[in-house]
Amino acid sequence: MTMKTVLNDQHRTLGGRMVDFAGWDMPVHYGSQMEEHHAVRQSAGMFDVSHMLVVDLAGERSRPFLQYLLANDVARLKTEGKALYSCMLNEQGGVIDDLIVYYFRDDAFRMVVNAGCADKDLAWIKQQAASFAVTVTARRDLAMIAVQGPQARGKALSLFSSELADATAELSVFHAATVGDWCVARTGYTGEDGFEIMLPATEAVALWQALADAGVAPCGLGARDTLRLEAGMNLYGSDMDEQCSPLEAGLNWTLAWESETRDFIGRKAVETKRNATDNKQFVGLLLEGRGVLRNHQKLFADGVEIGEITSGGFAPTLQRSIALARVTAGIGGSCTVEIRGKQVPAKVVKPPFVRKGKACINLEG
Amino acid sequence: MSEVPNELKYCDSHEWISSVEAGVVTVGITDHAQDQLGDMVFVELPEVGQTFEIKGECAVVESVKAASDIYCPVSGEVVEINEMLADSPELVNDDPYGDGWLFKIRLSNEAELDSLLDADAYQAAIDA
Repeated sequence: MTMKTVLNDQHRTLGGRMVDFAGWDMPVHYGSQMEEHHAVRQSAGMFDVSHMLVVDLAGERSRPFLQYLLANDVARLKTEGKALYSCMLNEQGGVIDDLIVYYFRDDAFRMVVNAGCADKDLAWIKQQAASFAVTVTARRDLAMIAVQGPQARGKALSLFSSELADATAELSVFHAATVGDWCVARTGYTGEDGFEIMLPATEAVALWQALADAGVAPCGLGARDTLRLEAGMNLYGSDMDEQCSPLEAGLNWTLAWESETRDFIGRKAVETKRNATDNKQFVGLLLEGRGVLRNHQKLFADGVEIGEITSGGFAPTLQRSIALARVTAGIGGSCTVEIRGKQVPAKVVKPPFVRKGKACINLEG
Repeated sequence: MSEVPNELKYCDSHEWISSVEAGVVTVGITDHAQDQLGDMVFVELPEVGQTFEIKGECAVVESVKAASDIYCPVSGEVVEINEMLADSPELVNDDPYGDGWLFKIRLSNEAELDSLLDADAYQAAIDA
C-alpha cells in the first residue's frame, strides 16, 4: 500500500517524476534535479517532507525521558523552541535513527524522525516511554514543507500571517516558533538558510501553492540528496544504521558525555569504544580523476582495501564528484576509488563541502 | 512525450543508430533514455580504434541518479567519439539525437542492421 502526502496532487500537476521512497509516493524531481539544486543554492526551493513523522511527547517527565532515550542531551535545550540534533541508539550502540528534537515546555517536546524509520521509531519510543508516563503522539495530521535557500525565509515570511511573521522573522538558527497549530523552525537539510514549516495537513496545499506563486522552486528528493551531501550531512540508512556506531559515522559531536551520571540507551556500548584508536574514520572525498563516486564503491591505499563510500554522487555546486566514506583509522590525504575495475585517485577532505552557496574545500590538486 | 525520429534505428536497450554513411553509423541514446536517466554528469566513451561485438558494453553514461551501461548496437570498430561530452555531458539531455551523439562505429557486419527496431517498433517498446 503506497502512502501519499497531502501534496501528492500538487507533485503530479507540477510534472513530478514519482518514485517509491520508504513506502511513500514522492517526487524525485520535477524535470531537472540539477536546476532544483541550483535554485536552492542561489534563490529558494521547497520540499514536501510530510512523509517524515512528527512525534509529540507530553508529560512531566518528558525531559528525563529524552535524556534516557537520546544520545545527545536535551539538558542543552533551555529556551522555548530550541532544537537539537541527536541519534537514538539501541543497547548495542547502533543507530536506530537520527532526528531533531524541539523543546516547547518542560512537559512538551517534539521530535521529527525519518520516514523510513517511522514505524520502528514509534514502537521503540512508546516502549521506552511507558515507565516515564510520557504520552507519545504520532502527528500524521501535520504536513511539513522545507523552504530552503538564500531567499527562502524572505519569501516565506511574506506569506505568513502577521502574527506568525512577527514570531519567526528574528528566529535564531536551530530555533522554532509556534503560533496556533503552525510550528516554524529555522532548520534544514541543505546547508542553506531556511525554514522547516510544520502545519496542519489541511493548510499545506494553500501554503505550497502560495510559495510556488512567490517563485519558490519545487524540489524533489534527488536535489534534497545532492544538497545534503554537499552540506556533509549524514543520510540514515546510507551513512549509518543499527549496525553502525555513531563513532564511525562522524557523529561523535552529537554524543553528550559530560553528565557522567546520565544513563542513555547505548551509552555503555559506545563508551567502551569512545577513545579506541581503531575506530573507523568518517571522511569526505573529492574525486580527482574522471568519473562519479557512488555508494559502496571500494577505497584503496597502496593497493590495500581501506573502506567504502557510504554516500557518493555528483556535486552540482562544485561540478565535481564528492562522497562520504568510512575508512580504517590512519588514512592519509589521498586514496584511490575502484570505479568499474579502475583505480581513480581521490583526495581526503573534511566535510562540509558546501555551505551557503560557497565551496568549503580546496578544489585544486 | 519522448521524441522518436523516423529516420533512425533503435535497440530495446535505448540506443539509436543513424543510417549508414560509407560503412559508418552514429550511435547515441534516445530521448526516452535521457529523460528516464535525468541530468547527465559524466560520459565514459570507448577509445577510437576499439572494436566491439554486438551487445558488448562499450560506454557508460552517468546521471545525477545512477550509472548506466551502453551496449554496442552493432559490431565494429569505433572511428570517432564525441569529444564535446567530456566537458558538456548535458548535451545528451539537451540534444540526444544531435550534439549529444556518443560515438561512430565502422560496421563489421551490415546484416546486423536488420535486427534493429524501426521507430514504430521502438515507440511500441517504450509504450509497453
